[in-house]
Amino acid sequence: MASLWEWANPRKFMTWTDKALPVISIFAAVLFLAGLIWGFFFTPDDYRQGATVKIFYIHVPSAMIAINAWLMMLIASLIWLIRRHHVSVLAAKAAAPVGMVMTLIALASGAIWGKPMWGTYWEWDPRLTSFLILFLFYVGYLALWEAIEDPDTAADLTSVLCLVGSVFAVLSRYAVNFWNQGLHQGASLSLDKAENVADVFWYPALVALAGFVLLFLALVLLRTRTEIRARRLHAIEMRERVQG
Amino acid sequence: MIRLLMRDLILALRAGGGFGLGLGFFLILVTLVPFGVGPDSERLSAIAPGVLWVGALLACLLSLDRIFALDYEDGSLDLLATAPVPLEGLVAMKALAHWITTGLPLVVAAPMLGVLLHLDGAAYTWLIVTLLIGTPALSFIGAFGAAITVGLKRGGLLMSLLVLPLYIPTLIFGAEVVRRGAQGFDVMTPLLMQGGISAGAIALLPFAAAAAIRISLR
Repeated sequence: MASLWEWANPRKFMTWTDKALPVISIFAAVLFLAGLIWGFFFTPDDYRQGATVKIFYIHVPSAMIAINAWLMMLIASLIWLIRRHHVSVLAAKAAAPVGMVMTLIALASGAIWGKPMWGTYWEWDPRLTSFLILFLFYVGYLALWEAIEDPDTAADLTSVLCLVGSVFAVLSRYAVNFWNQGLHQGASLSLDKAENVADVFWYPALVALAGFVLLFLALVLLRTRTEIRARRLHAIEMRERVQG
Repeated sequence: MIRLLMRDLILALRAGGGFGLGLGFFLILVTLVPFGVGPDSERLSAIAPGVLWVGALLACLLSLDRIFALDYEDGSLDLLATAPVPLEGLVAMKALAHWITTGLPLVVAAPMLGVLLHLDGAAYTWLIVTLLIGTPALSFIGAFGAAITVGLKRGGLLMSLLVLPLYIPTLIFGAEVVRRGAQGFDVMTPLLMQGGISAGAIALLPFAAAAAIRISLR
């Protein structure tokens, strides 16, 4: 009886991640460093962008994680609302700060790249603007978690906010597309397009991307474990207060 | 349902529940802008559509926490939630009452304030039309934000943080219609988009808001 939902059992989750987390962390560190070192030192400079092209190895993976972290939170929130698995909503809570920092990294690295290339740190371009909006959504989601004391109420309300927020995040994405013309280039890593980046940049980018994904996974698992432990500690404290 | 609506309207009118407060705020905001950017009439008329829309949005935000907070404090929200009316309907009526007491006065006042900002003559019609279409969305989205934060002790600031990002699409399309109207371009696309957002918000958000209230009252 190997059901997917067995992973929602906190004890099973803890024993499994106890073994898996070190492995994932090591792989994350190796791939992350390998991708970045390969990208920074062993690729040629771009003929137009010079050495600034190398910020690509941080910018693109962090931006992808920033978006997909919200997607993961949406799915985890849905699972919580439908099946009431505590691990699921704790994972969503754990992913939010990581996603927020990734959004910041993408914005900051983009700004640093934009100064020499576009001549400006910031432009009200659709992609930049929608990332700023995504950042605001992360801030709101985290602020709501902080503001509510009862853990189950907080979980429910943040999940509802995540669902509604997702709809409005998508709406905003297309609204800003409509609102201003873009300066940002199109997708450069899509699998089905002819105008992708050249292979010399492509392989280290893939390695760096894998590193970022594993880093995200490791951080989320670690933070989820912390949240579960905090819950257990809280339960023990309450029990002692009742007995003592 | 009609009685619920009347109850909220009468409460807002008689209890001094900030009926004119949003309007006054809107007026002050529009008065402050020329002090900030200078009295140059060309510059003012260029930014007028955006200023009027942002002002309407902030004035709307100001009175949002009154939608549920007062009823939550004196316990009547618990009674209303157990009443034989669907909670979704209650939320919709409360949002509608908020629109009538806040959104509608803003629509009426906006053209007069447009004069202060030298709004372009062609844009007045579109200003009224977009505010008429857009402010219900502001009220319904705001009712959702108010429902999420109703159980919190100091939810006001948090609610602004949650609600304002949700206002972005409405603001973009609303201000875009007025801007295009002022320059004499075609306004149909953003107008339809804004209508779609309003219709969607009115149809769907009462369910989300009612779910949030049920969680908060648990």
